[in-house]
Amino acid sequence: MSTLTDSSVDILSNPSSDHYAGDLLEVSMGPQHPSTHGVFRMNVTLDGEQVVKLKPVFGYLHRNHEKIAETESYLGCMPYTDRLDYICSITNNWAYALAVEKLAGIQVPERAEYLRVITGELTRLQNHAGLIGFLMQDMGASGTPLMYAFREREKILDLFEALTGARMMCNYMRFGGCRVDLPSGWMQQAQKVVDEFPRFLDEFERLLMTNEILMARTQGVGVVTTGQAINSGMSGPMARASGVNYDLRKVDKYGIYDRFSFRVPLGDKGDVYDRYMLRVLEMRESIEILKQAMRDLPSGPIMDPNTKIRGFRPKAGEAYGRIEAPKGELGFYLISDGTPNPYRFRVRPPSLINLTLLEQMCIGQNVADIVIILGSVDIVLGEVDR
Amino acid sequence: MNLEEIKSQIEANVPGCQLEIIPNGSPSGQHSLLVDTDHAFAVASFLRESASPRFDYCSNATGIDWPLKEVSTKVKTKKIVDGVEKEVDEVVKTQTGGYLEVVYHLFSVEQREGPLVLRMRTQDRAEGVHLPSLTPIWRSAEFQEREIFDLYGVLFDGHPDLRRLLMWEEFQDFPMRRDYVDPDDYEYEPTAHDDVLKRAQAHQSTEGGL
Repeated sequence: MSTLTDSSVDILSNPSSDHYAGDLLEVSMGPQHPSTHGVFRMNVTLDGEQVVKLKPVFGYLHRNHEKIAETESYLGCMPYTDRLDYICSITNNWAYALAVEKLAGIQVPERAEYLRVITGELTRLQNHAGLIGFLMQDMGASGTPLMYAFREREKILDLFEALTGARMMCNYMRFGGCRVDLPSGWMQQAQKVVDEFPRFLDEFERLLMTNEILMARTQGVGVVTTGQAINSGMSGPMARASGVNYDLRKVDKYGIYDRFSFRVPLGDKGDVYDRYMLRVLEMRESIEILKQAMRDLPSGPIMDPNTKIRGFRPKAGEAYGRIEAPKGELGFYLISDGTPNPYRFRVRPPSLINLTLLEQMCIGQNVADIVIILGSVDIVLGEVDR
Repeated sequence: MNLEEIKSQIEANVPGCQLEIIPNGSPSGQHSLLVDTDHAFAVASFLRESASPRFDYCSNATGIDWPLKEVSTKVKTKKIVDGVEKEVDEVVKTQTGGYLEVVYHLFSVEQREGPLVLRMRTQDRAEGVHLPSLTPIWRSAEFQEREIFDLYGVLFDGHPDLRRLLMWEEFQDFPMRRDYVDPDDYEYEPTAHDDVLKRAQAHQSTEGGL
């Protein structure tokens, strides 16, 4: 990835803050700020243009999801998980379904596992495409790259709509399988989307990869080292951009991910550019997985016949299930006391925990860099605040 | 490496610590390790620093509330009734819970191990709610411990910045506790507007009304 670092696009170092020595300025960025991707607020202390201190303020979208879940049945919790990371509802369903399956020891039929991989990887594609578009928007590339990305995302959302009836709140999975089978003609349409997607990536990369402004704005900005990334609990593309070789699809091999051959891209600098590049590369790997999964999709049932999803009462016990969601490690920790409602329902939100190092990443940078650093973390406030 | 081995390794390296394996009844088989609060920090440092097991990644940290609960179980006992030995059902009442629990899920990125489930319990649910913070060991616990403090009221000693995370600072109660009742005046906040209204009323009364 570093091969593209070109000294000619290095921006000059910032003028010394001595010029502005004196009063610090406190700025409250957000909660209603277009670049904070929702209702997120940062109390930023500035010395001139430079960030001296940054304290994130959470809770504007807090609805105590975990408490609501304690009063719901196991099945009733499923639609609520859509609202966590509302860009990627299918992977949220998957993580929750996986945790319940671990809790009760449910086997998932083969075809359902394939459907999960197909819809899950499509979710990753549309999340990463959308994120890169937003990142460009944050950088001031007003509109065009975002619209390119949204044009592709739209095609995937159409597929979701045809399959689940909803574009974003898909509520697709159940513990023990999936809710509905593919409608006729869906596979051909999906194949077309998957076949055409690399063309979009080529176009996007040609447009942006060596773009001088993109490189100047992102290279060397918001650096996180490998050790810091592991210790601060970063996961997903954020951690891998810092060189942490930890992809749960390879580590846990949940579902049927051991059947597919794909590579795990890693960054070596840990800056915003690496995070951007990593997502582009991950989309290419997702397409590889999709091609293999669509080729091998078997026929058969999509629900485990022994699982009664209504009036479901798992034995007393607990389980922690996690998946590689587009934003990182999404985990659900469930405790059952033998009643129809979970005794404890905990969501491990990757967006929130990836923000742990936000202050460290921003200190010493300019105000405008906060926006792109935050953009590269890829947060969704539905999940951060729960 | 199974939990028994990890337990014996910790016991060999952290003298005086009291560990207990809490069995898990579900098919997931994720049994957990209960650590006493006095040695929890030392145990956690050992798990993070030792060569093997090396749990360098603390993925999840969360709280659980276990209010005091009376559990009655039927036990068959032999009793002599009218000179004849008989089996009689007897109800035995035991008390469980009465504490808050904090759970950490640890993984090893280097060795691809995990999860190791580490638990700590407070003495009770009102006064003795202090637990050692593990944020100095795993930075990832920073926001999660703040959240546990916010929603359960566990005080983490040694946390660098223990504030409420999701609720607002003036909020008093701990919403995730099982016995929490929502206030009926959520929206009420004293504002400068109240003073203005009072002044306006006072002003109008001197004028004799409109």
